[in-house]
Parts: sequence; structure tokens; C-alpha cells
Amino acid sequence: MGKTFSKPEALTDAHTHYCPGCTHGIVHRLVAEVIDELGIRKNTVGIAPVGCAVMAYNYFDCDFQEAAHGRAPAMATGIKRVRPDLMAFTYQGDGDLASIGMGEIVHAANRGEKFTTIFINNAIYGMTGGQMAPTTMPGQRATTAPEGRDVEKTGMPIRMCELLSSLATPGYISRQTVLKPKYVNKAKKAIKKAFEYQMENRCYSFVEIVSTCPTNWGMTPLDALKWAEDTLLPYYPLGEFKTPEE
Amino acid sequence: MALKHVIETERCKGCGLCVDVCPKDVLEISDTVSAKGYFPAFQARPDDCIHCTLCCVMCPDVAITITGSEEKTAEKTMEEK
Amino acid sequence: MAKVLMKGNEAIGEAAIRAGCKNYFAYPITPQSEVAEYLAKRMPEVDGVFVQGESEVAVGYMIFGAAGCGERVMTTSSSPGVSLMSEAISYIAGARCPAVFVNIMRGGPGLGGILPSQGDYFQATKGGGHGDYRLLVMAPEGVQEAVEMTMKAFDLAEKYRGPVMILGDGLIGQMMEPVEFPEDFDATPMNNDDWATSGMDTRKTDKRNLVKSLFLDPKALNDHNLLLKAGYDRMRQEEVRYEGYNTDSEYKILIVSYGTMSRVCKTAIDTMKEEGLEIGMVRPQTLFPFPEQAVHDAAAKESCSHVVSIELSMGQMVEDVDRCVKGQRPVTWYGECGGDIPTPEEIIDHIKSLLKN
Repeated sequence: MGKTFSKPEALTDAHTHYCPGCTHGIVHRLVAEVIDELGIRKNTVGIAPVGCAVMAYNYFDCDFQEAAHGRAPAMATGIKRVRPDLMAFTYQGDGDLASIGMGEIVHAANRGEKFTTIFINNAIYGMTGGQMAPTTMPGQRATTAPEGRDVEKTGMPIRMCELLSSLATPGYISRQTVLKPKYVNKAKKAIKKAFEYQMENRCYSFVEIVSTCPTNWGMTPLDALKWAEDTLLPYYPLGEFKTPEE
Repeated sequence: MALKHVIETERCKGCGLCVDVCPKDVLEISDTVSAKGYFPAFQARPDDCIHCTLCCVMCPDVAITITGSEEKTAEKTMEEK
Repeated sequence: MAKVLMKGNEAIGEAAIRAGCKNYFAYPITPQSEVAEYLAKRMPEVDGVFVQGESEVAVGYMIFGAAGCGERVMTTSSSPGVSLMSEAISYIAGARCPAVFVNIMRGGPGLGGILPSQGDYFQATKGGGHGDYRLLVMAPEGVQEAVEMTMKAFDLAEKYRGPVMILGDGLIGQMMEPVEFPEDFDATPMNNDDWATSGMDTRKTDKRNLVKSLFLDPKALNDHNLLLKAGYDRMRQEEVRYEGYNTDSEYKILIVSYGTMSRVCKTAIDTMKEEGLEIGMVRPQTLFPFPEQAVHDAAAKESCSHVVSIELSMGQMVEDVDRCVKGQRPVTWYGECGGDIPTPEEIIDHIKSLLKN
């Protein structure tokens, strides 16, 4: 009774540098599984952000470009426009995408660029050591919000799916998480759907993944999963915010 | 034909996500440190393992694999989880 | 091929297409928006790509992404826009991707003005972005040369696998001149994209490619910079271009000037020659690599008593001129940068005042 399970081909054998319990690793695997299942590995170009996933190219076995902080959507635009036959995906964190890269993501989505974005929302800056991100929760501590995020001075956390789905240009906008196996399976389906829309040259596709950052949240990996479910999910509701069919 | 559940100790960072999600309480964190300085997970009660892959699904480091031939898909159980 | 009267900006756009560049990303900015307007019409005619980005920052990275796939790609902008692209130019140099940037300079700093200027000499030749990269910079004196240099830029970008810049100014972009596009131009890309992220299937390989500039290991980053430096040193050996004007005469003063400003100097030199006053000029066509030897030797001429760098700026190239003259002669600057261009008469008066003291 039971199933087999193995590393997807699109993942290299490299051990990741991510902290223990960091959900980046799960999302990497899901993207790789989808790439394998759709048979697009040798025609795919990934674009790594600047952040914890800056070395994502060490973990994916496909062509990869490394963007400047926040600029992956512009690079993906360049790739898809000159080589529309290539599959392109940007893999970005919340500092990369929702802070410095906000201009690029909004306009790429609004132009309906035919690439896929995997957006890791862990409500903190990971690589640089725990600073406040646009998605950091009110009152949540960060190294640049030592007393907890003060919304009077920094405004409220930004909900990217809601923001992007308000654009009139058709697209696929979905928010998922990987906090539990049932969520992981749904997240994989959303990622696959996103890549399928790209394969059909249908629309821009964006999958936000509510994720954890045990190290910079100052929690154990399991407590981080729990905190994310209790605190992040209510503010960042899961679901499909927009599909091109609408 | 038996399925073989393997945890690659050198890949495991001892995060404990697999231990928490296992429906049969098979896994535990070892008290012997690995070469990389982590306390890896291991199968404390291997016979109870039903090869449902939930630990694999939650593992951020693809440290757990289940090899052999599939007897019947356990798709259903994963959905409910 | 017959000459055709064309506006500089449009000629530059057409030159890119004639050089096999079918991908153009840009953002509007005076005084060069006509390139985008022209290519918005032309690119579809040749199944090319035209994208107006949301900012010059984004455009810089659209260029990077496209160049990373091994495709020929160009953008044009003007001074403030080029400042915004400087980060991308550094990344493109670091990741060793061929790309062509055109800066039709306007007055600065800040919002400055929209009239011609040469105030971005430092930005172009001393690195506007971060890190030890250099830009191969060519400075056309008119529309015809702008066309030739733009077309040549793609081969040079691929030869050195890096960004190349055409440094014009508002006048070159805005004026109309008869232009002739070379007929037999070989527009096939030079490198075979063995390094680009062109898709493993496209390359029929199982080896994936990486386009990146991160080297966390200090030795690896130093080695990488040595590799880039070797390219810049090679540029210094093989790509220096300049024009000597009236340098066979026994000139009393040597002018060093480029672009629009140097054409005005030619008129002044011709006028003075008729009056029996010999003045010579070295006109750098490449600003990096700078014609160091040519300037040094021209200054050393027996008859020459003074070297003056005439620029539409507060004196930037003068520092390189001074560096090359090495004290053999006094080196001074003359020019202005508000957008007015010194007339031949003003230049003649200045030259004569130099001769008096």
C-alpha cells in the first residue's frame, strides 16, 4: 500500500542553502515537478530574484538568468518578447516583487506578458536578515521595525493578488500556501495551471505562495507554520482571484 | 513488493516538518548529529509506515524518497489530509 | 544606394534594423523620442519587437533579458534616462551580454534642459553604474556617422560580449542630413550563443546556460573582473578610432573635440586657415577606448604651444586630454553646456585669445 516519491528531474542534486524548515524548498520542488510533468524543462528559462532565492539557479536544471533586485518581470518581458517560444518564469520574494519591483510587476501583468511568476510571500526580508517587507504584518517585529510594524508610519501590508487582479488585462492570479500537505497539493495545481496558461500563450500568470521564514521570524519551523496559518492566512486569503476565462 | 522509505541524512536539516505531518507517528528527530551539524529525522517505527508520502510532500529539502513499485495509488488519502 | 534625407533619431532606428536588430525596448524622453516613434511603425514591418517600457529602469532589464537569450537588442534614451539604466548597464557588463545603448545627450544635471549637451562624458566613459566595468563608447559627429556607428555597435557588442554605447547629443538626434545606408552589411550575429539562455532544445544540448553576475567567492569575482578587464584592454588595442583634422599643418594650437562640437571647430579651423592661422584638431570617434597616443603625439608637435578641449560641458574630456598630454603643453577647456553651441566665431576669438597670452 502506498506510493513512490522521488526528486523531480528539473531539480539539481545540490543541497539548498535555505534555512531548516524554510518553505522555499517545497515551492522549488513543486515548480520542478510541474516543469517535469509538462515536459518543458529544456525549453524553460527561469529568472532568479535578489533575495534568499538569488541562487535558485543552483537548484533548477534549466536555463536561468539572474535579475537585479525587483527587475525579474522586466527581464522576463525581454525574454518572452524576443523568444515567445521559450517558457519563462520569475521566482521572487516579497521584498523583490512588492517593494523595489512593484513598478515592474504591475506593468508586466498589465501588459499581459505571457510569463509565469511564483511569488513567495513570507512577510519579511530573508536574505538581508529580517527587515520589514511590504507584506510584514501590523505589529510584526522586524529588524527595521523593532517595536513591531507601525502602520501609522509604514502603512498596511500589501495584498499583491488583490492589487494585480484589479488590473483590467486578463490574467491568472492565484494565492496559495504550502503550510500543510492539502495546501501543497492545491498550490501545485495552481502552479501547473499557471504554466499551462503560458504554454497556451493565453495570459500572464501569477501564483503567490504564503510561506514561512523561521529564522527571521524567530520561531521553530513548526511554530512558523502555525503562526503563518493563524496570522498570515486571515490577512492573505487563499484562492483564485482572477482567471482569463472571466 | 515492498516500498522503501529512505531519509537521506546528509540532505536533512532536522526541521521536523515530516515528523509533525506523519499520520502514523513513524518519524523522530535523531540525537546523533550529522556531518552537516543537523539532527536528522529518522524512521523510529518503520513498520508503521504506510508510504503515504505526506512527509515527502512537506520536506523542503527533498531528503525523503520512497522507491520500489507502486501497489495502488494512495491519491485519495492525500486529498483528505 | 541613394542618399535619403533623414532625421538623426530616425536614422539611428533604421540603422538598428539594417544591422539585424529586430528588438527595441525604450521609454520616451526628449530629445530622442522620435526613435521610438519611428520604430513603433517600422519594427512590425520587419516582424520585429517594439516595447515601450514603464520606465528606463524596466527598459534596461528588458534589454538584459533579451540580450541574455543571445538576440540583438537596442535601446535609446537621453541623459536622465541613461542614469536610470546605469544599474542595468553594470549588470549587462557583469553578465557579459551584448547590447547597444544610445544616449542622445541633453543638458544636466537633474532635469537640466532638453537642448544638446555633452555633459554625460564621465557617465559614459568612466562608468555610470557600479563596479569595474567599462563601456565601449562611440561619438558620431553627424547623422551619417551615427548610422555607421550604430550598425557597427552590434558586432562590437558581440565581439566583446558587453554593452556598447553610441553617445550623440540633441542636435545629432534632431537634425536632418542626407544619409546612405551601407548595402552589403553582414547582419548575421557573430557569437553562436553558446553562452545564452536560448533554451536547451534550441541548442540541442543537455547543458543548461546561466546568465548571471553574482560571484560570492572573492577569488571567483576577482578572476571574473580580470576576464572583463582583458576585454577592455583588448578594446584599447583594437578599437581606438579618431580623426585628425588639419594635423599635417604646423598648427599653433591643438583642439580636441568630438561630436557636434567638433564639426563647429572644423568650420572655425577652415576659416582661420584662410587667414593663414594653422590650428589642428584631434577628433576622438571612440571616447572609450580614448585615442591616448594620438592626442599625446599631436600635442608634442613642435609648432603646437597649447591644447584646448572644446566640449559642450563644464570640462570632462579635458581631464583625459590632460592625462594624455602629460604636461608637454598647457591644457585648458573651453565650452558651455546650457544648450547653446559656441559659434565658429566664438571659437576663433577664444583660440586667438589663447595665442595672445
